[in-house]
Amino acid sequence: MIGIVDIGLCNLRSVEKAVYSRGGDPVFVKGAGDLKDVEKLILPGVGSFRAAMERIHDAGLYDPIRAFAAKKPVLGICLGMQLLGGWGDEGGGTKGLDLVPGKVTRLEPGAGLRVPHIGWNTVELTRPHALFEGIKPNRDFYFVHSFHLVPADPADVLGRTVHGPTFVSAVARGHVVGLQFHPEKSQANGIKIISSFLEWDG
Amino acid sequence: MLKRRIIPVQLLVNGRLVKPTRFDTWRDVGDPVKSSKVYNDQTADELVFLNIERGGRTIEPLLTLIQGVSEVCFMPLSVGGGVRTFEDAKRLILGGADKVVLNEACYRSPAVVKAISDAFGAQAVIASVDVRGADGKWACFSDCGRAEEPVTLDAHLAGLEAMGVGEVMITSIDREGTMTGYDVALLNHVTTRTALPVIGHGGCGTYEHMKEAFLGTRADALACASLFNFGDNNPLRAKAHLANSGIAFKVV
Repeated sequence: MIGIVDIGLCNLRSVEKAVYSRGGDPVFVKGAGDLKDVEKLILPGVGSFRAAMERIHDAGLYDPIRAFAAKKPVLGICLGMQLLGGWGDEGGGTKGLDLVPGKVTRLEPGAGLRVPHIGWNTVELTRPHALFEGIKPNRDFYFVHSFHLVPADPADVLGRTVHGPTFVSAVARGHVVGLQFHPEKSQANGIKIISSFLEWDG
Repeated sequence: MLKRRIIPVQLLVNGRLVKPTRFDTWRDVGDPVKSSKVYNDQTADELVFLNIERGGRTIEPLLTLIQGVSEVCFMPLSVGGGVRTFEDAKRLILGGADKVVLNEACYRSPAVVKAISDAFGAQAVIASVDVRGADGKWACFSDCGRAEEPVTLDAHLAGLEAMGVGEVMITSIDREGTMTGYDVALLNHVTTRTALPVIGHGGCGTYEHMKEAFLGTRADALACASLFNFGDNNPLRAKAHLANSGIAFKVV
């Protein structure tokens, strides 16, 4: 089964339908008990870093997610990628899951560029990865966010995107992957990534 | 670099896809779930659905629709028309919508708009601003273009950011459904008065109208209905045409 962490207020239906459409068996994870039969975990989400971390703690999922990630594949999407980081600046600062060490800070694209960064933008891979297999270089994916994860270890960077300055739009550390864009909203290429995650051995 | 977006707008009455002119006299143009599947295959950049029923409007038709559409479309989906309360927005977002489109609520209940933005994020809130007029004199209207609002366009735009809105969709009622071209002056006015991403809407009848609006303004996205509802036009062809003018769209 493919676990989708449900920390409340966001649209999980698209992730669920995307997994289902590629032959996966999606199940929502609301507490540690739901992780029992899960082989792979997706950490989706939009919204506030602080609120999301509070919900993870309230659901008693902080340690179970970290323990899961030590053994099995985890995919963080959008806010889910940011939660993989060690620290979120937003709202006075909050500790993250610390699976991909780094800090989450606000996008500062500079004059004339808008925040939130909403729309289709190019992801340039810094190295090949199983999740991007079969996808041509420099394709566009759908972004919608105001914050981004700055990994502490450059070796964790998987992809970059330009919005004013370049920011890290994908990370991979062992079998933990984070994508700042929404594969479940990125049509054919996005669904290909979901499909590759289902097949991935981690 | 962020790409420009083309957004097919689908207007709904009784669960059917319709197309009006100047917010009036609509005709039936098909089934919204089927057309959305086609738009997905034609790599439209996102979809907007607006329920334009008059009187006694609820969110139920949108809720039914979004559940069907989210099974066949893996792209951003926005819904609006009759979204009044926090609970309305919550049900739609949990039901499969990525963004809710709010119009009247932005005039009447800024606190509700703020609450939706705080809970789901600014990116989940599009403010739809309908105006009549031209040449620097635009008046805001709500209630499907029937009620003039006392606030000026500039003051309203300024208020939207404070409410936590993430995007502005600006519609020229005078151009809507006429297929005579976007109100380029209006789009320029709005993009210089808000820091939010702007979706231009109303009047598109040819790919040349899109070219004029993309090259002549800083609009992030252009929305249209008539162009794609009638004739052999679609987002793929639109982009193929516009790419000749150096306008950058997503590469898939």
